[in-house]
Amino acid sequence: MLFLADNSLAESFMIRGIYKMPFKFLGGDVWITTTAVSSWIITIILLIFGIYVGSKFKNAKDIPSGFQNFIEMAIEALNGMADSILGENKYRFINYIGTIFLFILTSNLSGFMGMRAPTADYGVTFCLGLFTFAIVQFQGIKNNGIGHFTGLFKPIPVLFPINLIGEFANPISISLRLFANLLSGVIMLGLWYGMTPIFAQIAVPSFLHAYLDLFSGCIQTYVFCMLTMVYVNDKL
Amino acid sequence: MGISGQDFIYGCSAIGAGLALIAGIGPGVGQGIAAGYGASAVGRNPGARSDITSTMLLGQAVAETTGLYGLVVAIILMFVKPFG
Repeated sequence: MLFLADNSLAESFMIRGIYKMPFKFLGGDVWITTTAVSSWIITIILLIFGIYVGSKFKNAKDIPSGFQNFIEMAIEALNGMADSILGENKYRFINYIGTIFLFILTSNLSGFMGMRAPTADYGVTFCLGLFTFAIVQFQGIKNNGIGHFTGLFKPIPVLFPINLIGEFANPISISLRLFANLLSGVIMLGLWYGMTPIFAQIAVPSFLHAYLDLFSGCIQTYVFCMLTMVYVNDKL
Repeated sequence: MGISGQDFIYGCSAIGAGLALIAGIGPGVGQGIAAGYGASAVGRNPGARSDITSTMLLGQAVAETTGLYGLVVAIILMFVKPFG
């Protein structure tokens, strides 16, 4: 009855409520969860990082060195990633792509800092998927006009339900992909820390962290951004 | 003492979660095939290594989705207990 009964092991790595708000919303309780707290911490880290980089770049030099070099390298890598999909349209979307890239990457790596990764909560990843969906639909209507809707009836009108499902499956599939990868990592590490004796918790989990947090997290961040750009590029 | 209805449902949920993870076979085969062709493409054209790697990783991540759906179903059966 390890997983099925009410037990402390499963609760130790699942989403927990930390503080119960003194009001009700739509008849349900409102909780401040671990997800909310971790995403606040990540937002603050990213804010401090942004302010620091901005202050460094106030007096940027023509010949970069040190920290400026590193940031320019990162921006060039991001530009190259966007360029491989979006081509000359990349500058219209690179701000959004860069923002979600930083947020998802920091969230996925927050397991190292002892937080529960916010992306291991379907509420967060589904919102990210909805952002992608909104951008894709907006670009489709803006660039194709009414053809965006009549395109659903091509090549033959019988395929309309399939096309409609295909349109709505995109945000669900990219959000579930990110969520399930991160959640499987959280569960495996939680089981390892909860079930092994103390001597197995010293150096051994570093391999699990390297695969489940670092490798999987970086790959999924990359994939989420690439797929967002692929979907947007279809509508341009 | 017999098995109560609640225990029976939990047991069946655990069996269902195990069965749902059979979905992991397909993505495993698909990712292996993608990695194999990626390796042979790098062998044929080592200069295009970074392009091949990024295309391969993207394809593998998309192929992984069906397995992850199975994983989500299993996790819901185990932790959310929709029938309990």
